[in-house]
Amino acid sequence: MTDVGGSHVAEQGTAVELVGLLSVEGRDVAGEWVKQVAGTLKGRVSVAELSRELGELHEALVQALGQGAADVHDEQMSEVRALLTELSRNRARQGFSPTETAVGVFALKQVLEPVLQDGTSEEIRAFGRLSRVLDGLGLFTIETYTQTREELISAQAEQLMELSTPVVRLWDGVIAVPLVGTLDSARTQVVMEKLLQALVETGSEQAIIDITGVPAVDTQVAQHLLKTIVAARLMGAECTVSGIRPQIAQTIVALGIEFDGIVTKASLADALKLALRKSGVEMVARKAGQL
Amino acid sequence: MTAPWLPDEAPQIYAITHNRDVVSIRQTIRVLAQRCRLSLVDQTKMITAASELARNTLVYGGGGAVKAGLVEKDGRRGIAALFEDSGPGIADVNLAMTDGWTSGSGLGLGLSGARRLVDEFDLVTEVGVGTTVTVIKWAR
Amino acid sequence: MTERVPILRIGEVLVVSIQFDLEDQTVLRLQEDLAEQIVRRAARGVIIDITALEIVDSFVGRMLATIAEISRMLDAETVVVGMRPAVAITLVELGLSLGGVSTALDLEKGLARLRRSTISDEA
Repeated sequence: MTDVGGSHVAEQGTAVELVGLLSVEGRDVAGEWVKQVAGTLKGRVSVAELSRELGELHEALVQALGQGAADVHDEQMSEVRALLTELSRNRARQGFSPTETAVGVFALKQVLEPVLQDGTSEEIRAFGRLSRVLDGLGLFTIETYTQTREELISAQAEQLMELSTPVVRLWDGVIAVPLVGTLDSARTQVVMEKLLQALVETGSEQAIIDITGVPAVDTQVAQHLLKTIVAARLMGAECTVSGIRPQIAQTIVALGIEFDGIVTKASLADALKLALRKSGVEMVARKAGQL
Repeated sequence: MTAPWLPDEAPQIYAITHNRDVVSIRQTIRVLAQRCRLSLVDQTKMITAASELARNTLVYGGGGAVKAGLVEKDGRRGIAALFEDSGPGIADVNLAMTDGWTSGSGLGLGLSGARRLVDEFDLVTEVGVGTTVTVIKWAR
Repeated sequence: MTERVPILRIGEVLVVSIQFDLEDQTVLRLQEDLAEQIVRRAARGVIIDITALEIVDSFVGRMLATIAEISRMLDAETVVVGMRPAVAITLVELGLSLGGVSTALDLEKGLARLRRSTISDEA
């Protein structure tokens, strides 16, 4: 019992010392922290904004340490983690570098460094412990920063995929997707879903998949194309594939993929002619001088 | 295969003893699939797979239960469903997984088809003891 | 007691619009009802509208194929209309391509399709 009580007292002592470092009588630690960080960010975040961010962080950190927190992942640190997450996410979105983001935490060490020269031995020991806590917080910041950037990148990749695969309406009841560039399995899937959705939205019974701009396909991509054509048929629409390059035709034959019953045309123009004929549109060339 | 269930939310167990249970399992799976933000196509695939497996449990396994819930692995969310019966079991798993093979009156697409619709598929069976099929679909 | 899907008649065409997620028993019942009605009403065409269906599994898929086959034997054509993209993709992945079933995007296009094939029959 006494032992437990004893260690508890020691812990409390540590907490008091750590808090003491951060809230020195007559010294504005948070303010100095803001000044330190503002220097490194070269005015890209306003001082008012920084004061708010770091002021809140300082307060939350003092409170967490006061409750005995010793590590970034401790229960008492949840408020600190939430604030750091918000800060790192904002920095990542605004295009700051990881260093510029993490310095927000590490600058606090510099602010407190004078303790090493004129502090008591207890204070110096406390600084060491606080240093470890701050290192943890800094790493947490970088982790959150990286995660946010990854999210941004994957969101952009998705947008790019959407942009690069338009479904266009060629005529009443005829839509087409002109595919350009290398097709991977994921992109093909996205395009095909878009194509099928467009059939419903435009009420089109004819679709043309033009692959003139596609240099090569692998088995998976060819299979996806095939599945889409069957799916379109289940929905009540017909697909024509146009612009198959000789290499792709060879691949399809070599891979033994069943392309039976799939309508193909040499060019997009031929495919459109066929699609129009199937939708009952007649095209007549005007005689010269009849304009 | 053990499903990595979400730590703070236990999976629920639903009985499969009647035709209408197959319908309600489809609805249950839909709600879960929407909660873990599966794309519409992936939702449809998962619900269809669950429908096939629930019917198998009922028709070939003589009834049983499904344990369904959300799962998480490497920061990815997903939905898992574990179908369990204490029916006759499957003597030849490879044969049962072949397209078109059926011991009953179905099309024989239940097991093989369901496998193609999900990301992870695991089948454990023992003759005279029963069959357990676990499927997982991850959000992209 | 199982629910029953209503079968409507427009001229020589029977129209079934499936509005809710069906139990297997209801699916079988619909199949029987349709076969009986095609004969009794001397129908030339059947339209099955599945616009409202969020999933079609192999059981419902088989029903669609069977109805198409039965109606062909009874000199009627079946058109399945309104299949959603996600449902179509899933059916293909499942391994069901419904080879013998005619399809159309919606009810109107389905009726037009039946009209066309009836005319070409008579010509």
